[in-house]
Amino acid sequence: MTFEELVFYFFSAILVFAATMVVFIKKPVHAALYLVLAFFSSAGVWLLLDAEFLAVTLVLVYVGAVMVLFLFVVMMLDINLAPLKEGFARYLPAGILIGLVVLAELAFVFLGDYFGPEQYPNPGHHPADYSNTAELGSKLYTEYFLAFELAAVILLVAIIAAIVLTLRPKRWSKYVSPEEQVSITRKGRVKLVDPKADKD
Amino acid sequence: MLDAMNELLAGLPEPAGYLILTVAKILAIVLPIMIGVAYLTFAERKVIGYIQVRVGPNRVGPRGWLQPIADGVKLLFKETIVPTNANKFLFIIAPVLTFAPSIAAWAVVPFDDGLVLTDVDAGLLYILAITSVGVYGVIIAGWASNSKYALLGALRSAAQIVSYEIAMGFALVGVILAAGSLNLTTIVEGQSGSILHWYWLPLLPLFVIYFISGVAETNRAPFDVAEGESEIVAGFHVEYSAMTFSVFFLAEYANMILVSLLTALMFLGGWLSPFQGIPVLEDLFEPVPGIVWLLLKAGFFLFLYLWFRATFPRYRYDQIMRLGWKVFIPITIVWLLVVGVGVVAGIGPWFD
Repeated sequence: MTFEELVFYFFSAILVFAATMVVFIKKPVHAALYLVLAFFSSAGVWLLLDAEFLAVTLVLVYVGAVMVLFLFVVMMLDINLAPLKEGFARYLPAGILIGLVVLAELAFVFLGDYFGPEQYPNPGHHPADYSNTAELGSKLYTEYFLAFELAAVILLVAIIAAIVLTLRPKRWSKYVSPEEQVSITRKGRVKLVDPKADKD
Repeated sequence: MLDAMNELLAGLPEPAGYLILTVAKILAIVLPIMIGVAYLTFAERKVIGYIQVRVGPNRVGPRGWLQPIADGVKLLFKETIVPTNANKFLFIIAPVLTFAPSIAAWAVVPFDDGLVLTDVDAGLLYILAITSVGVYGVIIAGWASNSKYALLGALRSAAQIVSYEIAMGFALVGVILAAGSLNLTTIVEGQSGSILHWYWLPLLPLFVIYFISGVAETNRAPFDVAEGESEIVAGFHVEYSAMTFSVFFLAEYANMILVSLLTALMFLGGWLSPFQGIPVLEDLFEPVPGIVWLLLKAGFFLFLYLWFRATFPRYRYDQIMRLGWKVFIPITIVWLLVVGVGVVAGIGPWFD
């Protein structure tokens, strides 16, 4: 076994273990942390494929931002675990059945004629001066320009939709615009009065 | 010294020699960082002391120079207390999760031309990704402590780091655009010429935003709401004591040094001499090695960190969010367009 294979099996073993734990562990925060571990290990596997840009972006976007917000939400939830465990036996046959169907479908695809391992031989390694980042950039902005821009537009729509859906009208919040806060003067804040002292 | 080591290791079988050499190089980076961290804490107390017209620590050793060592020894001998009902495994592993990325990021930082552990192509991206992992230590620490203050600190820290990472990333995109490379050595070489060739001038808004975001990312004053001792005691590390606490401390200071060094590398020409292109002075300062310039520039930013802490009051939380999202991100996006136009038009002396 070469060193590279050793690294591959190391990351893959952690990846499979972490992914399994995401499904089976009971505490939601632990599940989210195992998902982080899964992302990190798959980034390691991608690095072995010379895809350093994708690997680093996976860590940057999913581990560094998305999962942080995920954890943020999960930590704030007060989940009662007892109802979650209810009906495990009742749903077990259906769960096994669905699992088997998914497995069979995957087997049809990957063991078939079109996506089998012989259709996708090991691409080998690129020379040392190969830059995955530059390659990806020039491909995305030339060959796949339309698809890339379409994806960007869809994401933009999603961003705007998310903002509009969660935007509260001003009367619901106690937001004070910073311009008004900054431009406040002494006159607007303090009113000096001269109370008449009682004479008696 | 490197040649001598290479000769010594040539006798060993190939993988073992390589492994030993790499470990030696890692030690040569990590040990100075640790010493730097120790004396940065000393410098911080001295600088803030003098700013506040005090002397600062001056009792341990000559003029207080052994103070950081005394602090370290004290922390080593204290008891590590695990709170009741805390998640013990996560509680112990959280400081490690903060510390490891803060050291791992140094793998791609060049200290001089060719003086770098691994000269990877996507070095800048790697640093951005690895440093963003450090927030997990803070979040896990806050959650595993089973304490309300710690949880609040962790939530604040998470929101703050995610927000400022975007501004930081955009500032880095500007540098990448200007240099046309993700490799830190190439970025420094792109600034060669004179002090006016450095990227601080064409990327001035990004330079300022990067450093301020760096201060926010390291949870330092005036952005240290994650600790916020006046409202949430000490934030995410309120339950930590002894060594576990000091590991958080080490990570914070190692990150400060990293951000200062990166700012120097990307905007102030790294190891390039500031007298480049000036007739007499250039020759006069020729024998000064590049790493001295780099450390001087990084030292300046470290001083700024301490200066900020002694000068500014803490930001209010909603103002931090406003500054990040509504001020920094729009400015960086606009300046990216400016840099893009500059690069396409080949405006000199930076982009030609």
